Parts: sequence; structure tokens; C-alpha cells
Amino acid sequence: MSRTHVSCNINGDDAEFLCDAGESLLDALRDEMRLMGAKEGCGTGDCGACSILMDGRLQCSCLIFAPEADGATIVTVEGIAAGDDLHPLQQCFLEGAALQCGVCTPGFIVAAKALLDRNPDPTETEVRYALAGNLCRCTGYDKIIRSVLAAAARITRETEEVLG
Amino acid sequence: MRYTAPTSVAEVAALLGTDPEARVFAGATDLVPQMRAGRPEPGLAVDLKKIVRLMDVSLDGGTWRIGAAAPTADLTANAALSADLPGLVHAAGLIGSDQIQNRASLGGNLCNASPAADSVPALVVNDARAVVAGPAGERTVPVLDIPTGPGRTSLEPGEFVVEFLIDRPPARTSDAYLRLIPRTEMDIAVVGAAARLSLDSDGNCAAVAIALGAVAPTVVLVPAASEVLIGGPIDDASLAAVARAAGDAANPIDDKRGTVTYRRQVAGVLAKRAVTEAAGRAGNGGGQ
Repeated sequence: MSRTHVSCNINGDDAEFLCDAGESLLDALRDEMRLMGAKEGCGTGDCGACSILMDGRLQCSCLIFAPEADGATIVTVEGIAAGDDLHPLQQCFLEGAALQCGVCTPGFIVAAKALLDRNPDPTETEVRYALAGNLCRCTGYDKIIRSVLAAAARITRETEEVLG
Repeated sequence: MRYTAPTSVAEVAALLGTDPEARVFAGATDLVPQMRAGRPEPGLAVDLKKIVRLMDVSLDGGTWRIGAAAPTADLTANAALSADLPGLVHAAGLIGSDQIQNRASLGGNLCNASPAADSVPALVVNDARAVVAGPAGERTVPVLDIPTGPGRTSLEPGEFVVEFLIDRPPARTSDAYLRLIPRTEMDIAVVGAAARLSLDSDGNCAAVAIALGAVAPTVVLVPAASEVLIGGPIDDASLAAVARAAGDAANPIDDKRGTVTYRRQVAGVLAKRAVTEAAGRAGNGGGQ
């Protein structure tokens, strides 16, 4: 069967790939685009390891058929840092030891970014609910939650410094 | 599998009418896990998300139109809809994670026909109608008439749900939905209960509808609740009668999520609490 041609924007760059119609966007990102950040945990939308933003919305890329991405704007964990400068979430995850095996981490970073973009000053409860769709089997979550709260505080402080 | 994303209801109807392998989807939050579990993939996956009418949520005169494929995140973000139908919006917002909420839809929740679908009892108590399109054009059906059993609906071959119509609640009327799960997020209802209630000027019950989920092959109504509530106050005695009526209406099974006895009791407790919550909202003015 002929493959489907998809044009989209990934992490700020125009991108094109060929995919099978039933292929997941996760597989297309990893196998066609060689973007290995998003991970497959469950493949059924339960674990959040494959979280990406498509047209600004947080979604599990394992639930997206790759052809759906045609014309879309996609952000993966590879698009979160500004060049070599880690995003405050990534820096706080490192400083707070919010990862062990690291498989869930890209999904947590993307989901936490989606949260802070719409709610820059979340409560601990809000962080826990917002990240309920991301599973971690190593950390027990506490360090992740604390690192997200630390990143929120750091972003707020940096914004205030810039604004004077 | 082939994939197509038509932009009109007529195109979808034509595809479904000519290709017996075609199947519609919105968020695929049920479709993909089912494919992963070994169910055959559709020959042609028809993506409904490029059709404006299926994604739209708007107030049309006194009636809400909710596109069947609109992600539930668009419902919870809609302040006017949340004010009119807080129980329905709460139910929609309970389905899965933020990731799922950006894809899952009311049309999918209804047509997947899980007995535990959270939004269905809340649609039913609000007298929601589904606009169904198919080879013979469009027809409007009560949501209650669509599920016929686990995984089964009354839709004819080639038919699909386009949108839901829900009249704005009159004054002193509101709704509520509660579900029991063993954790706080990301689980399937052991029991769900929706209530919609109207109060008269004395604070007595003027009208009530209660619907239960996850306690029978399809959503079930509790018609006896009208007899015990209408014309009287919402008090301990009438609420105890509501709980008994809901427990009696439930027809659950034993499974890994709960036993028959437990589900009957929880159905009663949740029905009572849903009535209390809906009455509190109705007493504060309700919908309009």
C-alpha cells in the first residue's frame, strides 16, 4: 500500500515524512524523524511517556494516527530547551533528582510545560492533577512534583527580573 | 488501514454508505487501545475532527449544540456551558488525563457504549438529544435510546453522531454527576450517578431525573425517584427513599471493580449525594 505524505512543523522546523496510515505519530516521530525523546510506555494513552503538544494541546502521540499531523504544529521534548540552555523545568528536574531511569521524563517535561504555560503558579494539588496522566515507576512522584513547583517559582522570578 | 479526514457531514455519510470497512473516530482514545488489544483495525479510519460542526460548542437560542467530536477539554474550558450544565461538564472532565481530555469526545464516549461511560448519565438526565446522520439523512434521537448493551448501539450501519442538543435549564434547575473510583484520577467508574433537579419557589422538588452508570448493561433511569421527591422537601427522609430507589433500579454485575451488593449500596449513596448537590445548585439559581 502506498505510504502517506505528511507535512508539518516540528519544534519550529518544517518537516515532511512518509508514514503508514495506521502508524502512530509516536512511531513516525521516532522511526521517520529520528526524534527519540517521546517514549512508548503503554501504547494505549495511559502512561503519558509519549506526551507531545500538537497545535498547542497536550496529547499522547501513541493515540494519534500519524496522518493526523498533516498541517499541524508539533512540539516534542527536543523542542523545549533553547539551544544549549535547558528549560527551567529540565534544569529543576536535574537539580531535584526528579528522574531515575528516565523513560517517563520526556513526557513529564512536556506535560509540565503545558501546565505552566496555562497556569504559571500552580498549587501542589494542581500539579498532581495535571500530571495524573503521566506514570513514573521509579521516583514515587514527590521529587517530580517538587521540581515542577521549583521551576514555576524560577520562571516567575526570572520573568520579574526581566521586567524589572 | 487507510485514513481520511473529510470536512463535511455529507462526505462522511457518503463514505460510510459506500465503504463497509469505514469507521468514524474522533480522539481514538478507545479505538487505539482496542486495536492494540487485538481487535481488527478499520479498513478506512474516518477522522471527524476536520468537520467544523462536529468540533463546535455553541449556544443556539435556548439550546446548547455540542459537536460529537469536540474534545472534552473544550467543554471544561467553556464558562457559559459550565454554568448551565455543571454536572455534565464535570462528568466530561472526569474522563482520563489532560492528555486524554484533549482528544476524548462525548460522541466517542456514547458510541463506544461502555456501561461505565461517565458522560452518558449526565447527558441523559439533561434530556440530551443526539443528531444522527446517515444514508437517509439526519434524525434526532434521545441519547437514552442509543446504547443497547456493552459495546453496542442502536445506530444503523452507516450512521454516526453529529452533535448533541441540550436545552438550557430553566430557572432553579441544575445537575450533578458523581462517580466512585478507588483512586482520585485515571480510573473507570465502579458506579456513576447523575441527577438533575428543579426546585419550586418553596424549595420543594418540582422535577427530578436520576440516571446511573456502571450498574447495568446500559445507563439506567431511576423513575421511582420522582414519586418520592416531587412535591416535597429535599430532606433526610426523602433522600433515604432516593437511595433505596436507586439501589433497586441498579442491576449490576460482580467484577474486579465491585460486587453486586457493593454497587447497589454505592448507587444509592451517590444518587442521594448527586440529588443534594444538584438541589444546592438549583437553590442558588440554577441555570439561568
